[in-house]
Amino acid sequence: MPTLVFDGIAYGMLLFILAVGLSVTLGLMNFINLAHGAFAMLGGYLTVAFTQRLGVPFVPAILLAFLATGLVGAVLERLLYRPMYQRSHLDQVLFSIGLVFMSVAATDWLVGSQQQNIHLPGWLQGRSEFGEGALGMGHYRLFIIAVCALLVLGLQAILSRTRFGARLRASVDDARVAAGLGIDVNRVFSLTFAVGSGLAGLGGALGAEVLGLDPSFPLKFLVYFLIVVAVGGTSSVTGPLLAALLLGLADVGGKYFIPKLGAFIVYALIIALLLWRPNGLFSRGGSGR
Amino acid sequence: MLLATDRWRERLIVGFLFAVAFGLPWLMPSRALFVAETASVALFALSLDLVLGYAGIVSLGHAAFFGVGAYAAGLFAKLVMPDPLTGLAVGIAVAALMGLACSLTILRGSDLTRIMVTLALSLLLYELANRFDAITGGADGLQGMAMGPLLGRFEFDLQGQVPATYALAVLFLALLLVQWVVRSPLGATLLAVRDNPLRAAAVGIPVASRLAFAYAFGAALAGAAGALVAQTSGFVSLEVFSIERSADVLLMLVIGGAGWVYGGVLGAVAFKVLNELVAGITPQYWTFWMGLFLLAIGLLGRERVLRPWALWQRPSTKAVR
Repeated sequence: MPTLVFDGIAYGMLLFILAVGLSVTLGLMNFINLAHGAFAMLGGYLTVAFTQRLGVPFVPAILLAFLATGLVGAVLERLLYRPMYQRSHLDQVLFSIGLVFMSVAATDWLVGSQQQNIHLPGWLQGRSEFGEGALGMGHYRLFIIAVCALLVLGLQAILSRTRFGARLRASVDDARVAAGLGIDVNRVFSLTFAVGSGLAGLGGALGAEVLGLDPSFPLKFLVYFLIVVAVGGTSSVTGPLLAALLLGLADVGGKYFIPKLGAFIVYALIIALLLWRPNGLFSRGGSGR
Repeated sequence: MLLATDRWRERLIVGFLFAVAFGLPWLMPSRALFVAETASVALFALSLDLVLGYAGIVSLGHAAFFGVGAYAAGLFAKLVMPDPLTGLAVGIAVAALMGLACSLTILRGSDLTRIMVTLALSLLLYELANRFDAITGGADGLQGMAMGPLLGRFEFDLQGQVPATYALAVLFLALLLVQWVVRSPLGATLLAVRDNPLRAAAVGIPVASRLAFAYAFGAALAGAAGALVAQTSGFVSLEVFSIERSADVLLMLVIGGAGWVYGGVLGAVAFKVLNELVAGITPQYWTFWMGLFLLAIGLLGRERVLRPWALWQRPSTKAVR
């Protein structure tokens, strides 16, 4: 049982890193970006390429994946995304789902459709048992939890302590008034989009071992990202974090206790949850976004 | 409102096009199955038009109802009786009931919530159909349904001429029905709800029940489309619930233009022909070109990509917001 909770937390932390960028872009620009998972996939494949083709050690490789994905995100934001902000939600859905399909087909063409494996360094393999098998902690999952916890603390500190965080929060709350106060909302957004994409890439790099990595990744996990955002709301770091942890625990628990139904539990839970609170569990309500 | 002469011209054009379509399977027997499939998919696009074009509900999981109709009709043919029309009615009824029940999920919340919920619903059904493989056949698909003769007389032939005529007839009737509904006062209230729910409520339109009606009606037609595909191909696979199918139908509707009854049908024909051409060249990477097309439509705007000449005309009032 403790092992399940542990795995669920690791899984949830991973989902948080993958989805947190999406929650900010949705909150900031009210932009429905279904292509967020494509950045995560890019991060995963870059890590595979760095570690296996170029022989980069694991930790620098995921850092490189973070930077590269963030860079790609920044370029795409400038070229493709920016004209889409003022458009209808239907246009945004068409645009971003098109991007997803292109990334899936392009990856299939470039690398092939087989599962990719990431070779973990020795110090991340194996697991520790405590209390006669009551709690088994995989070292890699421990690593994930540690990295994600550091990231959560870092993001929270940036959001609440720094000048940039204040600007970002102001822009999310009301972009027009923020612009009126002299905040360059577009630049705040570019930077946030790049960091969010980079975090997705980092999540994809870290998660390749746990979630699996093949060209259908952006479609397979699309609904998970949306769940984190829709349930967690877009106004804080803690909302998506709690939502991601809940989702991770529900998914791992559901698959363990009722394997027959698999992901069914999660989907049913989400539909019920959104019936009850259409604007998410942790949103401040009223905005109707 | 169109003028009376316009309406006659419209009837003539539509009548002529359908006459051509009905003739196709008999003139080109090798294309009969393609015609049957296109007609079924066109019906699916028409059903999404009701939901998206007329009620303004952005759905990324409309395949849920398509799949339910397909499995209902397939299982009915396999387990109960092989009569196609009864099977079609069963498919429609099951999908309509489910649409009515699920309309609760799209009444509240934002576009994001609706996208989420509709997507989750189709994935949930995919998962169910996959797990309960004793009934549905799981990943192998539902096989072994034998279709009885249509109206007790016309056997379904392997070449697909009878199925094609059957699918076209159902599409034609559905088109007439939808046309009649959206031109009725009820249809006018639907448009009012789509354009501004607050104002619609203020003038006394029951917004929730209108949305529920449009959603259930759209679900019923999607169920009919699914039943047609199951019956004409004699096979149902898990793919009927996939997100690709929901995205395909969205693309068809957008190609043809949402918010007018012929949009879905025209878009479906264009999409299928395009699919046939491109997939003939690069079958494996069709999704790439489809994605590029979706991206271009989203980026440049539906009007500019699909109807370049519309730029010089007065601005359209049909665009979905």
